[in-house]
Amino acid sequence: MGEEMQQVASGPAATMEPENKNTIASYLKSNLREYGLLLALIVVMVSFQIMTDGILMKPLNITNLVLQNSYIVIMAVGMLLVIVSGNIDLSVGSVVGFIGALAAVLMVNYGMNFILASAICLVTGAAIGAAQGYWIAYHKIPSFIVTLAGMLVFRGLTLALLAGQSIGPFPVSFQRLSSGFIPDLLGSGKPHMLTLVLGAAISLYLVYANVRQRMAEQKIARPEEPFAIFVGKNALILIAINYLAFLMAGYRGLPNVLIVMALLISIYSFLTSRTTLGRRIYALGGNEKAAKLSGVNTEKLTFLTFANMGMLAALAGLVFAARLNSASPKAGVAFELDVIAAVFIGGASMSGGVGTVVGAVIGAFLMGVMNNGMSIMSVGIDYQQVIKGLVLLAAVIFDVYNKKKAG
Amino acid sequence: MNAILEMRNITKTFPGVKALSDVNLSVKKGEIHALVGENGAGKSTLMKVLSGVYPHHQFEGDIYYKGEPQKFAKISDSEEKGIIIIHQELALVPMLSIAENIFLGNETAKKGVIDWHEAHQRAKEVTAKVGLREPTTTKITNLGTGKQQLVEIAKALSKRVELLILDEPTSSLNETDSEALLDLLREFRAQGITSIIISHKLNEVAEVADTITVLRDGLTVSSFPCDKSVEIENRIIKEMVGRELTNRYPPRDVAIGDMMLEVRNWNVYHHLHSDRHLIRNVNFNVRAGEIVGIAGLMGAGRTELAMSIFGRSYGQKISGEVLLKGQPVDVSDIKKAVALGIAYVTEDRKELGLVLDNSIKHNLTLANLDGVAKGLVLDDIEERNVGREYIEKLNIRCSSMLQEVVNLSGGNQQKVVLGKWLYSHPEVLILDEPTRGIDVNAKFEIYSIINDLAAEGKAIVFISSEMPELLGMCDRIYVMSEGRMAGELPVAEASQEKIMRMIVKNDG
Repeated sequence: MGEEMQQVASGPAATMEPENKNTIASYLKSNLREYGLLLALIVVMVSFQIMTDGILMKPLNITNLVLQNSYIVIMAVGMLLVIVSGNIDLSVGSVVGFIGALAAVLMVNYGMNFILASAICLVTGAAIGAAQGYWIAYHKIPSFIVTLAGMLVFRGLTLALLAGQSIGPFPVSFQRLSSGFIPDLLGSGKPHMLTLVLGAAISLYLVYANVRQRMAEQKIARPEEPFAIFVGKNALILIAINYLAFLMAGYRGLPNVLIVMALLISIYSFLTSRTTLGRRIYALGGNEKAAKLSGVNTEKLTFLTFANMGMLAALAGLVFAARLNSASPKAGVAFELDVIAAVFIGGASMSGGVGTVVGAVIGAFLMGVMNNGMSIMSVGIDYQQVIKGLVLLAAVIFDVYNKKKAG
Repeated sequence: MNAILEMRNITKTFPGVKALSDVNLSVKKGEIHALVGENGAGKSTLMKVLSGVYPHHQFEGDIYYKGEPQKFAKISDSEEKGIIIIHQELALVPMLSIAENIFLGNETAKKGVIDWHEAHQRAKEVTAKVGLREPTTTKITNLGTGKQQLVEIAKALSKRVELLILDEPTSSLNETDSEALLDLLREFRAQGITSIIISHKLNEVAEVADTITVLRDGLTVSSFPCDKSVEIENRIIKEMVGRELTNRYPPRDVAIGDMMLEVRNWNVYHHLHSDRHLIRNVNFNVRAGEIVGIAGLMGAGRTELAMSIFGRSYGQKISGEVLLKGQPVDVSDIKKAVALGIAYVTEDRKELGLVLDNSIKHNLTLANLDGVAKGLVLDDIEERNVGREYIEKLNIRCSSMLQEVVNLSGGNQQKVVLGKWLYSHPEVLILDEPTRGIDVNAKFEIYSIINDLAAEGKAIVFISSEMPELLGMCDRIYVMSEGRMAGELPVAEASQEKIMRMIVKNDG
């Protein structure tokens, strides 16, 4: 930090050669948040791996971990956009319950085809989000209030729709959304060859994309990220993805829902970091008035983030219902809190304008690994909640403290 | 007279930066002492050291107050001794009343139960002293900035003040309110209250101060009595910038072209109160290559006029006609206005101009993101090129284009806002107080940029409350008063007196 300020003071000469003093340490320091979070996830995983005598990383458990957290991750992606734009959505847990109930009524009671029913559910979710977003964006009703109302309304409608009963089971084809695995087109399934090949292909593609990006950057200026960190990051990507693929190949391969998640994460990462739409959402959250005066249609963007959140909450509702194989009145209770916690642990700011999709996903998995690890170690649900609460607090304290130091 | 305050060899370091280095300040009892210097010279830091915002152990040097060494650990320590500081950003609670604000933290209470009768009684006394005639039950939000400033001073008076420190007290006041405030300071001097005033408005400093201390780059440059001579302003400027500023306004070859923007019969009503007619039948125009000033007091409706033209970003029930190059155009939303080549550079860069937590690069491209994107997808390399180009062109001082704008100085922030609008390739630029709160050197740079833009054939509307600036920069000056155009003057015929007379005549 000190170096930076001196450069500011030394005037225009410093403008042109800012990257000279880049050392690995100073780079890590200024990007402490991102790397810290990843490091925290690795530390937590390794310690639970040790404390659970290796159960955590067993193929079956890793697969379970993904399935258990899929709906939180799916919603965290949407919530990230909502929180970055400076709002909050408390209704997502109730929407999960409501959509699960709707899906059950359509598929179980009316015997509707699962694809058509799922499509209706997704559209309904988007409509719910849009209805709430309408009041928030165009009438400036605080999102906390609108979605608190939504939380009550849709919990009530869930109860009404189910008449207080659980409805199930779902058709087998629908259950596959959550409990299915991709077929092994390349081998006998022992080990799951397609999983191994996909893991290798995806990891290689990511490394290739990173290298290309860096070469492009190098053409215009010295990249910000030190070379050693770049290499380390890519090595980690290669190892982590292939290791996970190897583990899952030893069970039943990649779960369908993991494919859905991976798609969502890549689409939304791209959307937030590389498109004008994403940039405008960050500007809107950072300073709504300035964004508006720069010609950004702030109302429409806010509206869209909520419609999108509603759709993703509906998707999470379908995944959750498929996983439980029934719709229950209690489905999704307090999910909104897990989702919001994941986004904040992932580095988003309460006041908007700050946060990343990958951060939110890591935040969700950090919570998920802790849940899972503590359950294996048979820590009671009581202390699990205490520990989760403290982790959330610690993460945000770290953020605030880190920011103060930087400012 | 002996010194009431002596600050000796004050050194204060922030991580990596020496904000103050061996600064000395000596203030005589009962005088008005002006502290001047460019932004970042260390004035506010020095006053924070004095008032205990930075506790004793966080700086080096000694403070002697009334001859005794002081070690303030917190603000209340200095307040106890009668040293009261009023910050640039007013610290009032908008939804509380005048009386409640005056006694906030210092309530007229017995065992925690507030005696409202006494509170209002005493509030009435102190507000009368500062010449504020408002019921003490009025909420702060219903007062103008000038009156809010008076409430702050009344609050200081309620605490038995001996040394009053005012940080940029008149920066957001209009001329009448500023004058009233300066009179108040003179009255305090008569009563034996010492004042330290930090100000950028050198004419006020020259008018009111007894002694002037100039800081530059964290050093005391000089301290001298203010002899109220004509030369004093030039001397202050010379000491502040460390060199003689032969010309405060860069020269320009005027080449005025065709009619660019014409506004006819423009009417705007208040954005909340639809019966308040703010802008009344305003007509004005600006040609290519021309710099047209809009003078007026605060509250004359200049910002409202500009913002209502710029995509109806202010007001309601807007009527009138906007013509661009002779053709009527639709400027009913900001996107359309930008697409037509109109840009509005706001007077409030922090609130309305910048996304402070974002990088310089991101701020520069915000108004024209499509220019650095292919379809929906941003082209990072193109965006960096744009960032580099404008940082160079506008001489923005920064560590890199990825630096967050919140860490830039006011002048450089202003250049970023300007750069953002230049990158939207406008033909008409409406600049609203483009040099507010920035130092002399940065002002000169901004003036040069404006001149270059005019030379490129852009039409420029220059709104400013500083009349010398308008006289120095513009080709033509409109005078606005009470929502009307009170007159129009070619710069050759204009003078401060004439402009003031137009404003006053319209009022009466």
